[in-house]
Amino acid sequence: MTFDRAGFDVALVRKDFPILDRTVRDGRPLVYLDSANTSQKPRQVIDAMSDYYEQHNANIHRATHQLGEEATEAYEGARITAAGFLGARDETEVVFTKNISEAINLVAYSMGNASTSGGAAERFRLGPGDEIVITEMEHHSNIVPWQLLCERTGATLRWFGVTDDGRLDLSGIDGLINARTKLVSLVHQSNVLGTVNPVRLVADAAHAVGALVLVDAAQSVPHLPVSVADLGADFVGFTAHKICGPTGIGVLWARRELLDAMPPFLGGGEMIESVAMTGSTFAQPPHKFEAGTMPIAEAVGLDAALRYVSEVGLDAIRAHEHELLTHALDGLAALDGVRILGPTDAADRGATIAFLVDDVHPHDVSQVLDAHGIAVRAGHHCARPLHLRFGVPASTRASFYLYNTTDEVDALIRGIDEAKRYFA
Amino acid sequence: MQLDSMYQDIILDHYKHPHHKGLREPYDAEVHHVNPTCGDEVTLRVKLSAGADGPVVADVSYDGMGCSISQASTSVLTDLVIGKGVDQAMRVQEEFLTLMRSKGGGEPDEDVLEDAIAFAGVSRYPARIKCALLGWMAWKDATAQAANGGLSR
Repeated sequence: MTFDRAGFDVALVRKDFPILDRTVRDGRPLVYLDSANTSQKPRQVIDAMSDYYEQHNANIHRATHQLGEEATEAYEGARITAAGFLGARDETEVVFTKNISEAINLVAYSMGNASTSGGAAERFRLGPGDEIVITEMEHHSNIVPWQLLCERTGATLRWFGVTDDGRLDLSGIDGLINARTKLVSLVHQSNVLGTVNPVRLVADAAHAVGALVLVDAAQSVPHLPVSVADLGADFVGFTAHKICGPTGIGVLWARRELLDAMPPFLGGGEMIESVAMTGSTFAQPPHKFEAGTMPIAEAVGLDAALRYVSEVGLDAIRAHEHELLTHALDGLAALDGVRILGPTDAADRGATIAFLVDDVHPHDVSQVLDAHGIAVRAGHHCARPLHLRFGVPASTRASFYLYNTTDEVDALIRGIDEAKRYFA
Repeated sequence: MQLDSMYQDIILDHYKHPHHKGLREPYDAEVHHVNPTCGDEVTLRVKLSAGADGPVVADVSYDGMGCSISQASTSVLTDLVIGKGVDQAMRVQEEFLTLMRSKGGGEPDEDVLEDAIAFAGVSRYPARIKCALLGWMAWKDATAQAANGGLSR
């Protein structure tokens, strides 16, 4: 597989990220391999947020003064940028949330609310006999909201399994997605295995039986070009902080006709059309789903992040990460006693690698790496069912992004070797 | 090297050769504790017996999956509390808790904590304190249950 990486220069990219200049653990250069957890932020994002607070800060949509107009324009401008980034039909299909967990919960709670109301919300209603389908490789944020929804409505939760080599097991798809299926929710790129799932294939099967499709794109949107039209989904969520943006803001994209029909999630200020003591009517989407003062500076940061990533180019980022991935897979394969959780070939796979080291616990591996300035994550990465599937309680995970280098991959490999020797 | 301040030889010894490991009968209470962030788990049993000055920790047995810190810490715990009166053992537990909350600034009393003073370095690493406390919290829970349930079970 080759991707176009014209003009990409990792040394120049690294200059945009101030934190990469600092040292950790007694003067060691920071080797940050935890971007699947949260990415680092470029100067462009930090500056945009500082500038917003220094020059434009006001509340949006309700302040009748110049600063209010500027803040509103900045916030709504972020929505336009996000819509363009995802290839949405227009910006009214973009709802800002706290993060992707809230984006998924928004859909789940809206469906729960639909289950106790009538009218236009009919198609979102769930009850006994209805089914929701997820996969065994989901993050807890794409499992727990559906478990809770099923508990509230009496619907049944079902799931795709995962093959031994870390791919989605589609062998039972015809039985799993059936006339009872109301929603299929799956991850685009696994936060543990790195696997990129054939979302389109699953979405087409779901639509063939009239089910809705939600895609957790938290780990794909930062790393490869994602178009909501190409995915064929009804809902797509991602979070800003994994794509060089700030924490505190996420995105739910949904087809406008769905947002029109769905009941609100959170009630409060700015999501209303009219409020009386006897009842309320609601604003048009996307505002119907944005109750209370939203994360305005964070929207500005997200806007800057999406512009930054677009300027570097997602094709170039993907090509660079692919090089890091193949280098890392080769390096890990050469180490005795190291087992990768997930595909060992680089096809349809992102640069997130979870692994196990014989006789050394993932926490201890990460501690040794940390002593060398190498930041990775250890644990179940909020995907405990997936770890149980592979018979382990935890793994160590290295995840790469546009600012990482092959030298850093080499440092990781050396660090793992050191951990093996330390605990031998 | 910095790592050695956390991974003292005592800790590595207990990790590689844990004391009192394995679940044993009889027991008065059994608990299962997990560290939800990393998935480490311990199942721990406590057997109390009657002593002249109140209940005595007759046995602590355990099984679990976890990192070197949580495994070694549980092993050290069993050495420290088995054979002690419950009140005295609880004071050791308190002392260990205080050490782990000291952010590296604690001055552990070796007479009380014995091998457990090796964990002083761990208290500098916030992410690992929960590992060190996993077995100790499980023991406190199980012992409280055993004491409340009486000694007749």
